[in-house]
Amino acid sequence: MSIPILKQGSYLIASIQSSPSDSEWREMGKILADRVGKFRSRGVVIDVTVLDLIDSFAARTLREIAKTVKLRGAEPVIVGIQPDVAFSMVELGLTLGDIATELDLEEGLATLNALLKGGGNHG
Amino acid sequence: MADGELRVPIHSEYDIVTARQQVRKLCAALNFSAVDLTLVATCVSELARNIVEYAGSGVMIMALENGKDARGVVIVAQDEGPGIPDIESAMKDGYSTGNGLGLGLPGCRRIMDVFAIVSNKGKGTTVTVKKWKR
Repeated sequence: MSIPILKQGSYLIASIQSSPSDSEWREMGKILADRVGKFRSRGVVIDVTVLDLIDSFAARTLREIAKTVKLRGAEPVIVGIQPDVAFSMVELGLTLGDIATELDLEEGLATLNALLKGGGNHG
Repeated sequence: MADGELRVPIHSEYDIVTARQQVRKLCAALNFSAVDLTLVATCVSELARNIVEYAGSGVMIMALENGKDARGVVIVAQDEGPGIPDIESAMKDGYSTGNGLGLGLPGCRRIMDVFAIVSNKGKGTTVTVKKWKR
């Protein structure tokens, strides 16, 4: 199982599947860093809707992937954190740093459009 | 521990996912709230990851338990790794000697009703946690 990454206009959408292994998480970071260059993407949406938990490893990996994407010149946004997952993260003291988060894919794309407006062919 | 205990051997990252799934299955009998179920599964994930990262391998033992006032789940994470040299520091948010965040143990202590840790240098670490059905 690998994490599907779709190209939509100048954005990439990575849809995390349920319970990715550590190596799948790492692979996603590498692939996104690569594809941002290949497709000259301006934004990356990481969709975690199906994740039933985010532990310290997943939180740290999401932060690292987002930082890498940003260093490659694209805006990262994480979408779809479920209510129970959000509550658990707060209880555990896990944060995603200053990465943008949005309710769902639609909101994530809207946020990227707003952030990157005036930059050409989006969405 | 009680009859019907589940033993999940932890040898690699893939066993972390198995441990999470097993504890969710076990807790189904307790009618935990969705949030509590997520908290317990996250704690199991942290404990399993500590085994993989610091000890290489170990075992997680899970069982339902009848407490004085409530039923709950008890989870024991056991390894024969190097042990934790400074437990007090390991229990502080942000402390880490490995690749983890250091949030695993203090986070678990915060979200579980019972948290006990015994670690001996060179002999290993045993973490016992319990969560009662509220």
